[in-house]
Amino acid sequence: MATWTDISGIRQKIADSSAEEITASYIETIGKSKINGFTTLSEEAINVAREIDANGHGGPLAGVPIAIKENISTKGLSTTCSSKILQGYVPPYDAHVIEKLKAAGAVILGKTNMDEFAMGTSTESSYYGPTFNPWDMDRVPGGSSGGSAAVVAAGEVPVSLGSDTGGSVRCPAAYCGVVGLKPTYGCISRYGLISYANSLEQIGPLATNVADIATIMDVVAGYDNRDSTSINRENTYSDALKDDVKGMKIGVPEEYFGEGIDEKVEKAVWDSIAKFEDMGATYEKVSMPHTKYALASYYIIAMSEASSNLARFDGTRYGYRVDGDNWHVMASKTRAEGFGDEVKRRILLGTYALSAGYHDKYYLKALKVRTLVKQDFDKALANVDVLMGPTMPAPAFKIGEKIDDPLSLYLADVNTVPINLAGVPSISVPCGLADGMPVGLQIIGKHFDENTIIKAAYSFEQNTDHHTRRPPEVA
Amino acid sequence: MVYENPDGVRIGLEVHVQLNKLNTKLFCGCSTKYHDSEPNTHVCPVCLGLPGSLPVINEKAVEYAIKIGLALNCSIVEQTQFHRKNYYYPDLPKGFQTTQYDFPIAGEGKIIIEGEDGEHVVGITRAHMEEDPGRLQHMGSIDKSKGTLINYNRSGMTLIEIVSEPDMRSPKEARRYLDKLRSILDYLDVFDGDLEGAMRVDANVSVHWGDRVEVKNISSFKGAERALLYEIMRQKNHIRRGGEITMETRHFDEARGVTISMRTKEEEHDYRYFPEPDLVPLRVADRVPKVRETLPELPDAKRERFMEQYGLGETHARALTTEIKVANFFEEVAEKVDPKDAAVWVSDILKGELNYRELSIDAFTVEDIVAVVELVTGNKVTEQSGVEIIRTVLDDGGKPQDIVEKKGLLKVEDDIVATAVEEAIAENPEAVADYLGGKEKSLNFIVGKVMQKTKGRADAREAREKVLAKLKE
Repeated sequence: MATWTDISGIRQKIADSSAEEITASYIETIGKSKINGFTTLSEEAINVAREIDANGHGGPLAGVPIAIKENISTKGLSTTCSSKILQGYVPPYDAHVIEKLKAAGAVILGKTNMDEFAMGTSTESSYYGPTFNPWDMDRVPGGSSGGSAAVVAAGEVPVSLGSDTGGSVRCPAAYCGVVGLKPTYGCISRYGLISYANSLEQIGPLATNVADIATIMDVVAGYDNRDSTSINRENTYSDALKDDVKGMKIGVPEEYFGEGIDEKVEKAVWDSIAKFEDMGATYEKVSMPHTKYALASYYIIAMSEASSNLARFDGTRYGYRVDGDNWHVMASKTRAEGFGDEVKRRILLGTYALSAGYHDKYYLKALKVRTLVKQDFDKALANVDVLMGPTMPAPAFKIGEKIDDPLSLYLADVNTVPINLAGVPSISVPCGLADGMPVGLQIIGKHFDENTIIKAAYSFEQNTDHHTRRPPEVA
Repeated sequence: MVYENPDGVRIGLEVHVQLNKLNTKLFCGCSTKYHDSEPNTHVCPVCLGLPGSLPVINEKAVEYAIKIGLALNCSIVEQTQFHRKNYYYPDLPKGFQTTQYDFPIAGEGKIIIEGEDGEHVVGITRAHMEEDPGRLQHMGSIDKSKGTLINYNRSGMTLIEIVSEPDMRSPKEARRYLDKLRSILDYLDVFDGDLEGAMRVDANVSVHWGDRVEVKNISSFKGAERALLYEIMRQKNHIRRGGEITMETRHFDEARGVTISMRTKEEEHDYRYFPEPDLVPLRVADRVPKVRETLPELPDAKRERFMEQYGLGETHARALTTEIKVANFFEEVAEKVDPKDAAVWVSDILKGELNYRELSIDAFTVEDIVAVVELVTGNKVTEQSGVEIIRTVLDDGGKPQDIVEKKGLLKVEDDIVATAVEEAIAENPEAVADYLGGKEKSLNFIVGKVMQKTKGRADAREAREKVLAKLKE
């Protein structure tokens, strides 16, 4: 039976019973799951819990179960990016975040489903088949961290890690009615995160409430000398858990309510902003004129980087292999069979964008646009504390509805990708329902000012009950 | 005299230098001392390109690169950056090579060589950092191989690629350039040139100011000279037969001594360079002054100083400063004996004996050569015996003094020589008569007799002079 207990509740339960019992009960719940959120369960989880019971553990997550996205390396536990090409690949090392979680006493229950190589907004392109939205089994959970969001929403695990390249934590958080944070670029080490688009992505936590997000951030964020883009900066995220937005200045970008926005989403977001006003904040409309170019810039940069990042999957050293008469044939066949259609599309487009003769026209231009988008954020955030808008322009769509129309899928990312281009932090919190499906409110902050958006999100949670709603299908 | 360069030869070289004296690889903490190790034992997720691994720049490698740049008189860039060079090959575990593109760490510089017509300046276009790929090992010959094994021990080693302008006008100049480059790098103590794969050369060569052809897979300096001689001849013959040289890449077949076409310009790779997102741009300008302080006296400066300080001629000074170890050895010897004698004995004699045995200067001690020089200049042994002592030390070991004693090499006293001369003249009246009658050769006969009498311990030149003097009386 799903329980949706938060971290402090779980720690209380462990104190009352045992980590083993808690772990076993979550594994039991997962065993009955219909949403296909987990891809692999860890056989070690129960032993880790027993160990904690036997020897005690002083860590902040002692005995707390957590789920990890399929693209974050876990030693001894399958890490495939939900792709056939990494079939059978078991990393010989832990990602930085996994080391941190283990040291804090967390119990890794297993790996969660995702769009193949994080390329998608629906978790439909997974080699393991789609994950279903716990709120409506006919709908997608969002993506690419669809598994990580769905299992939290379904009460199969209290917290999870996802990764966000262009909205991949926030989109499924919004679609599944949970909280998801995309931290500032450089905040969490990417060491061990299998790259899709290095210059854009960050690992981020998902949970049912803001406090748990801060707790996980306190564990996983921080400097790592194995990631050259990691920033050395101390911060305690749980310090921001205060119900206080008096005097907070909110900017509302007009562009985030553009063409194609669902009326009910729009209303839920404006109602939320009104709530913030009630709570003592003020808002003003701001303009971010380059938003309309962000999507094109994002996709060119992401696909270009991806075309290079995914070159290493050639069947030579690990994962799937199709034999051939010589190495080139082997590598070509392996890649032809091992990658799905969307991955191939992005590799081809990225290769094209970097090719001689097109490089300046596409890749370089995309970088210039990226600079302009960043400037939009710098200007807007110079006068306000946070920006707010809808995470996704519409609620979760039906499975199969957009899978053959990549362009309309890309368009769904319109409000999330500018944040990755700028590198700023953003949190998505539940802010209501539209036709029975969750709506996400996106709160965007200044570089490394996670604490202000966590404070805003926490205050909102304290004064509303959106985050307490549970999916009817599993409740 | 100005070198005419009758065939309009232009040669540019790209030299890959592996900085194998660094303790760790370019982007990870793996040890660089893999040369005697089992395959794939010096590897980690980073240099194996495992999914999720990230590169971190080796700061010492940056320092070495700056050092090399400064030694080649290059400008050092304010801020350097790494790029990805995308291509597929099984020795390349990431499917791209992390290298430098439009912001190489070192820009234009120069090297001065002994050219066809005296001092010749070869321009350096750039020097940049990049990672070495792994190594393929075919099971059998490349055509009939049953399979290929990959050894990633080399993967991720730091390379500095030094690109020259096409300023060399003959294979000889190319060889001189390579020798000079190696000499400078030796001085900087950044690599061990004797280790396998420490220096690899690609050459660009054109004749009659035409299109250039790139020759790859040159694995030694001697190979470079041979490859260039062949390629220049091939291009000249091709033109003479009415052909045209177009841009292409050729492969040097070391065994056959020929170059073979690999691909034409149309078939060139598109490497799709773009900035490496996992490495942030690196400010290097601030580090330059500190690195400059660590720069040693370089070969050209040392040569000048040897000429001035020790009064050496250019030939000696040049020979003694090519290798830093030899230069240091010489200076130690020059402290103890007359520097000019030291130059002769170290440069002309000792180095010759060492080269003959393929030994380095480490095979001989300063103490021993000083002893030899003192024996000779103190008139205790003949020059010939001095050489013999050196040979004996190298071949059988032992100290010079002991060898002198054991072999009875001490020069005989003057009066013994004088007696021998008198006896030789008295006992060979015919030879004396012949000589006085104009037969020059008879002198040698008499001197030979003197040497016989002294059992070879007399100095032959001295003996000759004494015989002559006696005959003139």
